[in-house]
Amino acid sequence: MNALTMPIADGWTIARRNTRKIRRSPDLLGSAIMFPIVFVLMFAYVFGSVIDVPGMSYREFLLPGIFVQAVLVSAQVTGYTLTLDLQKGIFDRFRSLPMAPSGVLIGQTVSDLLMNLASLVVMAVMGLIVGWRVHTAPHEAVLGFGLLLLFAYAFSWFTATVALALRTPESFNNIATTLSFPLMFVSNAFLDSSDLPAPLRVVAEWNPVSTITQAARELFGNTSAAMKTADAWPLQHAVPASLLWIAVILVVFIPLATRLYKKAVSA
Amino acid sequence: MSDAITAEGLVKRYGEVTALDGLSFTVPRGTVLALLGPNGAGKTTTVRVLTTLLRPDGGRATVAGYDVVGDARRLRSSIGLSGQYAAVDEHLTGAENLEMIGRLYHLGAKRSKARARELLERFDLTDAANRPVKGYSGGMRRRVDLAGALVADPPVLFLDEPTTGLDPRARAALWDTISELVAAGSTLLLTTQYMEEADHLADQIMVVDHGRAIARGTADELKDQVGGSRIELTVTDAAELETARQALARFAAGAVRTVPESLQITVAVTDGPESLRQVLGLLADAGVRVRDAGLRRPTLDDVYLTLTGHQASGTDPQAREATR
Ligand SMILES: Nc1ncnc2c1ncn2[C@@H]1O[C@H](COP(=O)(O)OP(=O)(O)OP(=O)(O)O)[C@@H](O)[C@H]1O
Ligand SMILES: [Mg+2]
Repeated sequence: MNALTMPIADGWTIARRNTRKIRRSPDLLGSAIMFPIVFVLMFAYVFGSVIDVPGMSYREFLLPGIFVQAVLVSAQVTGYTLTLDLQKGIFDRFRSLPMAPSGVLIGQTVSDLLMNLASLVVMAVMGLIVGWRVHTAPHEAVLGFGLLLLFAYAFSWFTATVALALRTPESFNNIATTLSFPLMFVSNAFLDSSDLPAPLRVVAEWNPVSTITQAARELFGNTSAAMKTADAWPLQHAVPASLLWIAVILVVFIPLATRLYKKAVSA
Repeated sequence: MSDAITAEGLVKRYGEVTALDGLSFTVPRGTVLALLGPNGAGKTTTVRVLTTLLRPDGGRATVAGYDVVGDARRLRSSIGLSGQYAAVDEHLTGAENLEMIGRLYHLGAKRSKARARELLERFDLTDAANRPVKGYSGGMRRRVDLAGALVADPPVLFLDEPTTGLDPRARAALWDTISELVAAGSTLLLTTQYMEEADHLADQIMVVDHGRAIARGTADELKDQVGGSRIELTVTDAAELETARQALARFAAGAVRTVPESLQITVAVTDGPESLRQVLGLLADAGVRVRDAGLRRPTLDDVYLTLTGHQASGTDPQAREATR
């Protein structure tokens, strides 16, 4: 096995371990399946009854935002499981084996990607039930889901980095909650960000969550001509800007997480 | 290269604490070295440095010819480790744990499966093989972890307190397994708190304290090193202990050890038979009722006590667990 195939083979072994764990942990599985169901219903019926977006149904507008939110939440599983593993001796076992050190993080992020895929499928089915529709060609819709999954994968590396820096499940959860709420709500995911007051609007327009949400809306055709379009560059060019965000996150956080992993496990 | 393990002046510091203070030793291929020492002596630190889990602050070490710092990856292909605390995945079954380890040693899917089955049988875990480790007892986890060290049949093994928490039957079974492995040519570095275990398994014993080696040799050599024979005496009543202790102290070549619970006193003496005769005479005059008295060669416990000033742990794992 060479330097290229070993991380992949070992990553796959670790990913298999994680998917088994997920299947046996009702709490993880429950949150991956229940969360989307509850959120789609809650936003569609509670928020949907008070929020109006011009030119289209709120549910159609909402669903891409909910997809992005689900992906953000599921990607936190990566960080959370890493902190749990850090507290057990299992990383000592891994490090005494002739495996590729990067295999651990590759495996973790890949298994979480699979879980994210499952969660998106449940979510899309729920969306279809409450009235969400795709208005574009099938290949564009596939690109839309592909983009969401790519973002999910990149974001997993981010949560891994945070987790390996903090090291305990409690502190990880605190930070993750504190960070993900503004990230989600100061964005265009649940409402039209052009309605926000100036400073918040600027933050929302440059928030990567808005970029990805906008890209997903375009790829699923959940947009309306009646809505004001923001001038901010990332929203004007949502798909390339999303890809750029994903690339930047991967380039920054893969090496960072890998370095922190080495440090965390040898302490 | 006839040494499977070499360590030269290993130093490891944790802030103010010097866990390893220039430790040097070698373990010839195909032999067993037992590290013996009180809590905090540096045994686990030594194992972690040699298995590449910790980088030493000073010194050099090789295992199977590979440098622990420079050649870590290849070194890891040649070792098996079972650490002081079981490193198993709770959510996986025993079989899945071992199979995963096999794959990470790059044995391939088929061999990993077969090897897992073999080892589960060997460690008497076949019945539990397909249950998540979460539901295993402490001793069963320990056995899965030990099996994990053997998955790749590595030439050099590191076992950190392998039988702590095992019942006597499992301990005896593990001793047999270890003896077989060593007979087949494996090299083993073992840490233990049980003198009996060191006596039974090790070719060489090294006593460490404060990160330094304070003695090394075969069990017999160590016993000779602390020298002389022991008078061991049991009195009938606790009130007689002090009188007996004073009488014995007159012949003592070292510290007098008193165990009040068992009314027992032990002391090292130079001229065994003559000292014993005189002690018994003195005690008879003082009216102390001696229940039992005898002369014996030093045991490893005596060696340990003399060298480290610490009482060795009892040979009963349950008793030790309870005092932890
Ligand atoms: N991660 C750590 N941080 C700080 N100090 C440590 C750490 N690990 C070990 N030490 C210290 O290093 C010394 C040696 O510890 P080590 O675990 O090697 O002892 P040991 O001989 O294995 O003891 P035991 O019989 O209790 O397992 C101790 O004083 C311990 O407190
Ligand atoms: Mg130890």
